Amino acid sequence: MAKYLLLKHYRGAPDPVNNVPMDQWTPEEISAHMRYMHDFAARLEGTGEFVDAQALAPEGTFVRYDGEGRPPVTDGPFVETKDLIAGWMVIDVDSHERAVELAGELSAAPGAGGRPIHEWLELRPFLTAPPTITE
Amino acid sequence: MDEALLRSLTPTVIGVLVRRGADFAAAEDAVQDALVEAVRGWPAEPPRDPKGWLVTVAWRKFLDATRSDVARRRREEHVDAEPAPGPASEVDDTLQLYFRCAHPSLTPSSAVALTLRALGGLTTRQIAQAYLVPEATMAQRISRAKRTVSAVRFDQPGDVATVLRVLYLVFNEGYSGDIDLAAEAIRLTRQLATAIDHPEVAGLLALMLLHHARRATRTAPDGSLVPLAEQDRRRWDTGLIAEGVGILQAALARDRLGEFQAQAAIAALHADAPTADETDWVQIVEWYDELVRLTDSPIVRLNRAVAVGEADGARAGLAALAALDDTLPRYTAVAAHLHERDGDLATAARLYAEAALRAPNLAERDHLTRHAARLNALLNAALNARRSGAPPPRLL
Repeated sequence: MAKYLLLKHYRGAPDPVNNVPMDQWTPEEISAHMRYMHDFAARLEGTGEFVDAQALAPEGTFVRYDGEGRPPVTDGPFVETKDLIAGWMVIDVDSHERAVELAGELSAAPGAGGRPIHEWLELRPFLTAPPTITE
Repeated sequence: MDEALLRSLTPTVIGVLVRRGADFAAAEDAVQDALVEAVRGWPAEPPRDPKGWLVTVAWRKFLDATRSDVARRRREEHVDAEPAPGPASEVDDTLQLYFRCAHPSLTPSSAVALTLRALGGLTTRQIAQAYLVPEATMAQRISRAKRTVSAVRFDQPGDVATVLRVLYLVFNEGYSGDIDLAAEAIRLTRQLATAIDHPEVAGLLALMLLHHARRATRTAPDGSLVPLAEQDRRRWDTGLIAEGVGILQAALARDRLGEFQAQAAIAALHADAPTADETDWVQIVEWYDELVRLTDSPIVRLNRAVAVGEADGARAGLAALAALDDTLPRYTAVAAHLHERDGDLATAARLYAEAALRAPNLAERDHLTRHAARLNALLNAALNARRSGAPPPRLL
């Protein structure tokens, strides 16, 4: 088994195919989208492949050490970043193929017009502890 | 629905039950059950005497629970009085459990989870912790696995190779948290070896013992990897090595070679060398040839290239490597090692850095990055020395 991170992006990733901003969906379309994500997570719990899922707020702040006795430097609450992470899901699956398959399914969540949004998800394997046998 | 009333009545009703002879825990359970019924039934049909109602229902719940308890105790006493099952049937049951837990209809991870649960007796929480997943996820994995194999009929013996593969998977997970999966795998494989007479079961047990014997020396206190050649051999567990070698020799004597026996033979040759320089690489290459014949695995061919590099020199190792697919896991790391031994430090440094990017775990990535940094420092020192006209520092 190997763990994979499915990363959703606010910005930075290529645009989804069905590229209508969420605030222009109907409330029903938003509900359908949320239900899809929820059902997806519930199904993975059922198959024993679910590890974690969290959503992140769009505001992020970069923080940096600014020397002894000085407060950390921040770039302010409204960051201009090219890349913003919207949330993640962690899965624990038998193969890379299975991880790709699930990411594909998650990317098919319905959006405007009830059609799949075809969103780009970033799929990253976890680095793990070494196995018992290496030499 | 008067929740405040219910709460206020609870201690009184428990008191009544205790006075009538129920013990406290049983009384509390019974009252909880009665409260559940009250929550369900009262909104439609509130009783005229709530306290009387609760006492009546709780007492009935207590009697129900006690009766089923008594019946259970009677069954247990009955089972207790029966003669103990003979050793033969016990062995058959265990074996059947091994085959059931490793059934091919299960995914490897489900088979592992079910094996740890049913054979290892670990709790779902312990297994979930060992695999760093939520307990609910592991519970689902196990109950799905149980459902999958409950439909399977067992009128013919299962495939030993599948069972061995599952045990090897458990062993390779090593350990995390308070559950030592490697030790657990050894315990289960020992149990299997007493139940079934099969050279490959012995081969796997020997392989596990030989690897386990070196475990304490494989990582430094800071968690970094220590390569085989640099391990402190005085700290290898000689008891485990002797046991592993003994089991392996008995298995090999039966002349039914399998891949676990061949792997164990390689591990035994490493364990047998008093120093890294005294390793019998020629014989190790011969065992890798056997393994290639048995498995035809590209990973085995890659490991063989390392052994060839030690037995016949770096050039021969690189030649063996050239025949392989360069997308194999650890191919780049092996190439880096062989180029370094061949004296081509610049290429080796570049390959070590590249291999670090592809490393499947943190310890290995750090290890390879350190190698790249070490070679780059040597190369820079040589370059600076040449610029200043001083004699070059000794490499390696």
